[in-house]
Amino acid sequence: MLYGGVSGADPTAGGAAKHDTDVTHVNGRTNVRQMGETKQMSVVDYLVLGDEPHLEANACTSCGALFFDRRNACAKCGKQSFEKRALSNSGIVRSYTIIHRAAPNVAVPYVSSVIELDGGGVVKGNLLEAGSDPEKIELGMKVKMTTFGCGVDEEGTEAVAFGFVPA
Amino acid sequence: MADNIWIIGATMTKFGRYPDKDSVDLASETALGALADAGATIGDMQSLSVGCLLEASNMLGQHLQKQIGQTGIPVFNVANACATGATAVRTAMLSIKAGEADMALAVGVEQMGKMGLLGPAGRERAKPTGFERSGRYGTVMPVEGVLGTQLMPGVFAQAGMEYASHHDGVGFEQFAKVAEKNHAHSTLNPLAQYQKAFSLEEVMGATMIAYPNTLLMCCPTGDGSAAVVLCSDKKLKTLDPDVRRRAVKISASVLTSDPYVESDTGQPDVSTLTKQAAKTAYEQAGVGPADLDLVELHDCFATAELIHYENLSLCEPGGAGDFIDRRGPWRDGQTPVNVSGGLISKGHPIGATGVANLYEVATHLRGEAGDRQIEGAKVGLTHVIGLGSACAVHILEKAAS
Repeated sequence: MLYGGVSGADPTAGGAAKHDTDVTHVNGRTNVRQMGETKQMSVVDYLVLGDEPHLEANACTSCGALFFDRRNACAKCGKQSFEKRALSNSGIVRSYTIIHRAAPNVAVPYVSSVIELDGGGVVKGNLLEAGSDPEKIELGMKVKMTTFGCGVDEEGTEAVAFGFVPA
Repeated sequence: MADNIWIIGATMTKFGRYPDKDSVDLASETALGALADAGATIGDMQSLSVGCLLEASNMLGQHLQKQIGQTGIPVFNVANACATGATAVRTAMLSIKAGEADMALAVGVEQMGKMGLLGPAGRERAKPTGFERSGRYGTVMPVEGVLGTQLMPGVFAQAGMEYASHHDGVGFEQFAKVAEKNHAHSTLNPLAQYQKAFSLEEVMGATMIAYPNTLLMCCPTGDGSAAVVLCSDKKLKTLDPDVRRRAVKISASVLTSDPYVESDTGQPDVSTLTKQAAKTAYEQAGVGPADLDLVELHDCFATAELIHYENLSLCEPGGAGDFIDRRGPWRDGQTPVNVSGGLISKGHPIGATGVANLYEVATHLRGEAGDRQIEGAKVGLTHVIGLGSACAVHILEKAAS
């Protein structure tokens, strides 16, 4: 089992998310779900699983600034009130790099990218299914979010991560 | 600045590998060297600042005192990522500005050993046991390589590629030319960790680490130290004429952190805080980019140096690719950048870096840089940036005499 990189990605995982399953709500969100025998967990809190996996930000109710981490106050305006906001699954490649040297259990090469989501939000994630030839990866190209299994723990729970594929 | 602060002593070790020495040995060597250079003793110092990132909680400054003189003065142990050394110097400056000291010693040091390009994150990870959410992102397992990269070669590669996405004429070749230049410059610097020139083809053909950064476009890890002795205007007037003649004025000292930008959630923005630091520094010093005879900037990766040409206003907006294409930052170009070899070839023992680039510029302003001397240098700028983020810019000027 590889824990990352394109060869660690299960290309069917994104599709599997569409199966109707018993969804467990945690903290008001669907970041744990039962897939038949397999229990799944999103690899980070801000990835919401369920029928339509998407990213969710903490949005400042005062200035609209978006954050993916647990918040104390707003880094932009200092106010302390936030609401959950579902972000778009489509966006453009703002930047990327092709990683050839990584920790031993991360498969290389893989493409790390910074994605600007339509309607707001900037996030880092792997660019999948785009190859690793810089001639063929275009800055500004349109992408859409997908999900993939990125590891299984000793109890058989699968961690699900998000990445982006050319739209 | 009404009350100028001066560098009257400066030294550095050659950067490299010192497996038989520890940080205290390296720091002692430069502290004693800088004091001797200033014609001073530890007994003259009223403040000591020691910058060391990896041993920030070890009271390194006090360990240094126990080797060179326990005089009871206040010690500041400083950590600020790759801006650690520069922040230590600034701390010493602030002691003088606050009137608590008229002479102060600042030392930067790091003993990194051969930790590898990726540091601890480059080692094999343990297999996950039971997934449980932890941390501010509710992470269930390490996500390096799963949700992109957070390691430095890739982060700075992405910073460079973002610049490339907005500007035509910036690509792999322009980034590689930065490393070609810095390796070439380093052949004149006996204090550089590496002193070997590489052709552009060799730079581009080296092992790819994080496109577009090849191995020859990444700074090495290493060991080393640098130190400076600072004094006030008033104190300088009482010192030996030879010390006064070699004194270098700190015309600007600016430290910034990263202001909020929307893209912070993607990765740290290394440009905005650098632009702000540079702008403030030029205003403080009353000089402009065209007045600079040399610049030592934070080329942790070749992609970083290229974007800092614009961040420090060394080129027109959008003109960083053209600037390197026409050899503007070469030592015989418009504004020599990293004539020391830069981090890429001189080396980057983290805590030492921000002091070592002050040593480099001060040495040119004193006319003592030997084979690599930029003739007639009167004004120079130093820049460091630590991810997190912290940016320090200093402008130094030759004494008016």
